[in-house]
Amino acid sequence: MKKLILALLFAVTPALAAEPIVVHLKGHKFYPSTIKVKANQPSMITLFNDDATADEFDSPSLKVEKVVGGHSKGNIRLRALPPGKYPFMGEFHASTAQGVVIAE
Amino acid sequence: MISALLIVFREVIEAGLIVGIVLAATTGVPLRGRAVALGVGGGLLGACLVAAFAGELANLFEGSGQELFNAAILLLAVAMLTWHNVWMASHGREMARELKAAGHQVVTGERTLTALAIVVGVAVLREGSEVVLFLYGIAAQGGTTATAMVAGGGLGLVAGGLMSGLMYFGLLTIPAGKLFGVTSGLITLLAAGMAAQAVIFLQNGGWLLYFTGTLWDTGWLLKEDSISGKLLHTLVGYSQAPNGAQLIAYLATIVGIVLLMKMVNQRHQTGPRVKHA
Repeated sequence: MKKLILALLFAVTPALAAEPIVVHLKGHKFYPSTIKVKANQPSMITLFNDDATADEFDSPSLKVEKVVGGHSKGNIRLRALPPGKYPFMGEFHASTAQGVVIAE
Repeated sequence: MISALLIVFREVIEAGLIVGIVLAATTGVPLRGRAVALGVGGGLLGACLVAAFAGELANLFEGSGQELFNAAILLLAVAMLTWHNVWMASHGREMARELKAAGHQVVTGERTLTALAIVVGVAVLREGSEVVLFLYGIAAQGGTTATAMVAGGGLGLVAGGLMSGLMYFGLLTIPAGKLFGVTSGLITLLAAGMAAQAVIFLQNGGWLLYFTGTLWDTGWLLKEDSISGKLLHTLVGYSQAPNGAQLIAYLATIVGIVLLMKMVNQRHQTGPRVKHA
């Protein structure tokens, strides 16, 4: 059983989307704040946090919670999404850091 | 200030509830206060380390280090909760019977206390590192707003502590005979929710990408990141839009724990009536 789990974990290499979508967080705002992805296929966002302090990319609808440190970057994998709007926020600065992923 | 309070409170709800449940589950076990305190202390220390090395951690495993780390510590907690429940199912009865034999009690108590201290530590570590980063971030900005924000964050921590107290004293109102059953049930659901969350972290890291389709969406009814959503997320593993893999992990954990508890309980009742030393 353990072997099976390990095999499942590591035989399946991380699924990489063709081109990561680059998003910047600056002054606690996302640029761009509207991100369009193709529906029903996985994609990846590379978030560059240009601010000095950390923030957490948070979205219950995308099922993502990812801390990105100040002046660093993080990859956020999005699963194949049915068409629709998926809001996200920078949890530590939710009043300004808001955005939406649109799958179409 | 209010926003900081809410953010920190939302982050510490999980740890707060878990501490309350663990305290109730170990009623009557000596040294449990020390074990829980060690769990909280160790978790806080770990949280500071994770916060300090957040960047390095994230860069491991082709950028999936943070996800793998979160999944690993959640699964560790699931294992510890399972162990506790199974162990209590096989020994709980004698423990209750021989409650007066103090020497025996210390031995039985310490075993499973270690597991529960680890669970507390994991919960504090996970949520604590985010609180540390958040509070550090606003403190680094300086100024009077920062002072107010940090004060708000402090109040959020206090509110999280009150949550532990509410959970604990709430559970203690349950008659002693039923308390064991209730805490085992709560711990089983806690473990199932954590297993489902671990699957999400693995999927976000690029692993286990099976059954990723959303099964249903109750986000219109209860948002997962609201206070009540977060409460239910911790207690019963509420997810506003679960996918197949999440549900499988959730159900498999419940079935696994219940079966294991039944198995050891039966073996204990049908086996020779030896007195455990």
